[in-house]
Amino acid sequence: MVRTITGAEIVVQALIDQGVDTIFGYPGGAVLPIYDAIFKQKKIKHILVRHEQGATHAAEGYARSTGKTGVVLVTSGPGATNAVTGMTDALMDSIPLVVLTGQVPTFMIGNDAFQEADTVGITRPCTKHNWLVRDTDKLSEVIHQAFHVAKTGRPGPVLVDIPKDVQFAKGQYTNISKVDRSGYSPRVKGDTDAIISLVNLIETAERPIFYTGGGVINSGLKATKLLRDLADQTNFPVTSTLMGLGAYPASSNQWLGMLGMHGLYEANMAMHGCDLMINVGARFDDRITGRLDAFSPNSKKVHIDIDPSSINKTVNVDVPIIGDIENVLKETLKLWKSRGKKTNKSGVSSWWDTIATWRNKDCLSYKANSQTIKPQYALERLEALTSHRSDRYICTEVGQHQMWAAQYLNFNDPNRWMTSGGLGTMGYGLPASIGVQVAHPSSLVINVAGEASWLMNMQEMGTAIQFNLPVKQFILNNERLGMVRQWQELLHGERYSQSWSEALPDFVKLAEAFGAKGLRCDKPEDVDSTIEEMMAYDGPVIVDCLVEKHENCFPMIASGSAHNEMIMGDSETAGTISSKGAVLV
Amino acid sequence: MNSLKIKKGTSKHSAYDLRDPNSEIIETHTLAVIVTNESGVLARVIGLFSGRGYNIHSLTVAEIDHDSNKSRITIVTTGTPQVLTQIKAQLSRMIPVFDVHDLTEEGGTVERELALFSVTGKGNKRVEALRLADIFRANVVDTTLDSFIFELTGTSEKVDAFLDLMRPLGLTEIARTGIAALARGNN
Repeated sequence: MVRTITGAEIVVQALIDQGVDTIFGYPGGAVLPIYDAIFKQKKIKHILVRHEQGATHAAEGYARSTGKTGVVLVTSGPGATNAVTGMTDALMDSIPLVVLTGQVPTFMIGNDAFQEADTVGITRPCTKHNWLVRDTDKLSEVIHQAFHVAKTGRPGPVLVDIPKDVQFAKGQYTNISKVDRSGYSPRVKGDTDAIISLVNLIETAERPIFYTGGGVINSGLKATKLLRDLADQTNFPVTSTLMGLGAYPASSNQWLGMLGMHGLYEANMAMHGCDLMINVGARFDDRITGRLDAFSPNSKKVHIDIDPSSINKTVNVDVPIIGDIENVLKETLKLWKSRGKKTNKSGVSSWWDTIATWRNKDCLSYKANSQTIKPQYALERLEALTSHRSDRYICTEVGQHQMWAAQYLNFNDPNRWMTSGGLGTMGYGLPASIGVQVAHPSSLVINVAGEASWLMNMQEMGTAIQFNLPVKQFILNNERLGMVRQWQELLHGERYSQSWSEALPDFVKLAEAFGAKGLRCDKPEDVDSTIEEMMAYDGPVIVDCLVEKHENCFPMIASGSAHNEMIMGDSETAGTISSKGAVLV
Repeated sequence: MNSLKIKKGTSKHSAYDLRDPNSEIIETHTLAVIVTNESGVLARVIGLFSGRGYNIHSLTVAEIDHDSNKSRITIVTTGTPQVLTQIKAQLSRMIPVFDVHDLTEEGGTVERELALFSVTGKGNKRVEALRLADIFRANVVDTTLDSFIFELTGTSEKVDAFLDLMRPLGLTEIARTGIAALARGNN
């Protein structure tokens, strides 16, 4: 059946038909017709943010914590340009977003009209795909296609730019079932010969390791289950990237912790010493590999990824398998079982002995202090006091606190950890926590933050108050840009150029000014009671936890170093970064 | 805290050195990219090349099938084998791209380019230009008493050679189309 309705009504109808119940947005001149259509309906809840960047990060938090597609609605010009950071973030971390932007009327495009920007031009490199819709009859089809592209294959952000006259005009609505999707259908099934090669390697490897990434979580809960089955039944160790935390339970003995620049010693040493590396949905990011010519020199490498452009991009692999993780792991498990579940048991057993010696190094130990709160201590206590909550969701900002959170907090389920990995966007965490809390209203949502990052999108506290979202902002306040300060200490002769947070607000008063609860804590003995008070309060809380100002984040693979050249603590930092490494970020 | 002591030469290689032009052989490949003929598709392809630091030696684009709304973009690009593989993978995953053919890898190509040369001169130079045009089988498509426009079709090398010959004979302007290419037959 073909119906004729206005473009604005088509937008709302298409969202409803896509199963959207929540959108994050901010109105403006060029989207007023769509906001009018939203006003007239009850099926979609609109969360009014305070800045368009906040809308995109909130949608990312919503998407990451639910497995659904996040939806953003903003106006033309500045509305669209403010959303660029969030879209780039989602592109780097493969988060499905549909961003709808208003545009000046078609007859004014190109005239430098008020609030006009070349939105599709600006967002071409930061979206998986984007569309400018000039014809109301095409609008519903494009929106349905946009959802398909955002969620299919390697997920990512897409943008639909809708001129105001297209929103006013009447046009035909096309149902989802009528939309042609043949144009985009990424390969899901892995190559059989490659899967046979993988099983051959699993059966014979002496020092195997699973190196898993965000792709496992993106593939879905079945993929997570299959990874757990395969790892548990083979007794192979598992490490994960920042984005993949939670796909494999941290409570398992086979869990080595996160790998990479601030990964655990045992994880990086195992990556360096393995003879079989099975990369499941990770992308050999430079934060993971360290120095490439010394990266895991003696291993056969298998790479399972749905995106062919990820294969051999930085690291050449022996067995590439292009396909969906769920499908590939299912076929691998089936074949391996049918061939008698063989592994090199004695080899793997002595591999575990080697790993045990690395674990004994206890790389996350730190010097406790009875006077000052160590950030590691604060996070250890946060873990101890909140880990019993199976409905705990953690977001972070970007910097030292983010790495400490990844090291000291344990994740046993996927979709519980929202962080900006690829782009490293300061200001991500607060809006992301709002998106998570919208999706899970009664759950415990904590944003582990640094004070500098947190200030970047602090206006979103207003959103938390307006929508009664009891997000807990746990700020580790060192009055520094901690990671910048750490690099300046290690790399730039302790010249701390612009890395102080001067003129900080009083966070307790700030919380109160927003209508939230503010708590301050500056003694180690008060950390527990502060966390308990934060959790007990039914509403948004800002915790200003004053921590050691000069703590560095370890272990660390310095720029230009290899996995087996980790710095374990302050005493080992002299002369660690070479001139070549110094130019890297 | 210790001050930094820089140890020289400990790092030979980093993620940023991947495309070190001296480390591997640079190859030239001709790619045929079949795309949906929609607004902005060329900008997407060019943006991919500039954004990721790939080279474009020549690029031509035109609609090839009006009914199915398809265009063919022919790109001559250079890079190490790893970079060329990346270029193809990155092109393939773009939504409006139907197909990417590496014509060089698929057994060689027939490549042609069309060029127009404006040559101004009198007397012997004019006669010599016309004689050379005849040798190169270039057509005269416009003429006045003191100028010619020659039209030449051929490989880029042939166009280059003709260009070199015309320069001392009064070449004033040149327009080249860039390369159009097809894979050779299967024998």
